[in-house]
Amino acid sequence: MAIEVNGKVFETDEEGYLADITQWEPGVADIMSKEDDLTLTDEHWEIINFLREYYEEYQIAPAVRVLTKAVGKKMGKDKGTSKYLYALFPYGPGKQACRYAGLPKPTGCV
Amino acid sequence: MSMLHLVNKSPYERNSLDTCVGYVKAGDTLLLIEDGVYAAMSGSKAAAKLSGLDVAVLGPDLAARGIGEDRLIDGVTVVDYAGFVDLATDKDKVQSWL
Amino acid sequence: MSTTKKFMYVNRKAPYGTIYAWEALEVVLIGAAFEQDVTLAFVDDGIYQLIGGQDTSGLEMKNFSPTYSALGDYDVKKIYVEKESLEERGLSIDDLQHLTWEDEDEDYAEKDSIQVVTRAEMADLFADSDVMFNF
Repeated sequence: MAIEVNGKVFETDEEGYLADITQWEPGVADIMSKEDDLTLTDEHWEIINFLREYYEEYQIAPAVRVLTKAVGKKMGKDKGTSKYLYALFPYGPGKQACRYAGLPKPTGCV
Repeated sequence: MSMLHLVNKSPYERNSLDTCVGYVKAGDTLLLIEDGVYAAMSGSKAAAKLSGLDVAVLGPDLAARGIGEDRLIDGVTVVDYAGFVDLATDKDKVQSWL
Repeated sequence: MSTTKKFMYVNRKAPYGTIYAWEALEVVLIGAAFEQDVTLAFVDDGIYQLIGGQDTSGLEMKNFSPTYSALGDYDVKKIYVEKESLEERGLSIDDLQHLTWEDEDEDYAEKDSIQVVTRAEMADLFADSDVMFNF
C-alpha cells in the first residue's frame, strides 16, 4: 500500500502506518487525516509533534496509558486525560495519532 | 601458512572461543566480531584466554555494544570493515568458528 | 477486578547478536501496558543490554538501548542486575545506563530503577514471582 503527498509516494503497511519513519513530513499527516474526515488543529499537531519527539528519544511509540501520562506532565493535567485525547483522535490516540506522526503502531496495541 | 580466525559468539554463551584458541598458531590472527567482541574487555573472565595471541576486534561491533576502546585489554587492534577485508586477504585462509 | 500477577522477565542474552533482547523488551512493554506487576532481571550476557553509550550506526541496526529509559514511563520500577554476572565480565554498575522512574506521589521525584543483587538474592526474587518469562 502507499499514499501520495504532493506527488511523492510513501509506502505504508497493510494498516496504513508509514513503512519508513524517516520519510515522514507534515503533509503525510494532512493526507491521512483527510481520509479520516478529520481537520487537524494546533491541538492535534501538539500531540503529533509530541509523539515524534517521544519516538526520537525512546525509539518506540508509547502505549495510550503512557502517552496520556506524559502529555499530562508536559502540557498540563487537563490535556493528560483519555477524554481529551480521544476527542482529538476518535480512532484512538495511540493508533491514529501515531499513524499520522509516521510512527509504527504502538507496542501492545491490537 | 597463516590463518585468520573469526569468533562471533559471546565467550560466556558458547565454547567457540575456547575451541578456537586451541588451534591458533604463531602468525595467525584472531578477529572478534559481533558478540565475540565481549571477550576483549579488560577485567573480564574471558580476557585471560586471549593472552599471547594476536587479537583484533571489529570497531563497529564494539561501538554498537557501548564498549569504548579504553575498555579493551592491552595489545588489541581495533579494525573497521576495510581492515577486516585486509586481514582476510593478508592471511592464507579464513576459519570461522561459528 | 482482575488480579495482578507478579511477572518476572529474565534477560540472559546480549543485544544485537540475536533478536532475543529486543523481543524481550517488546514483550515487557506489552505486559506493562496492561498494568501488571513487572520485574526485570538481567543475568549472564543479559547485562550487556544495559551498557551505556551504545551506537549502532556502523551496523545499520536499530539502537534500542534508549528504549530502556522508557521503562519508567511504563511503571517498570524494579530492575535487578546480578553482581556475579557483572564481575565476571569486568563490568560495574557505572558502566550501565542510569535508569529512573518518577514518583508521582513525591512531585515526580526521580528514583533509581536498577539494583545490583547477588545470585542468591536473585534466586529469592525468582521464587517470589508468579510467572516467569525467559529470554
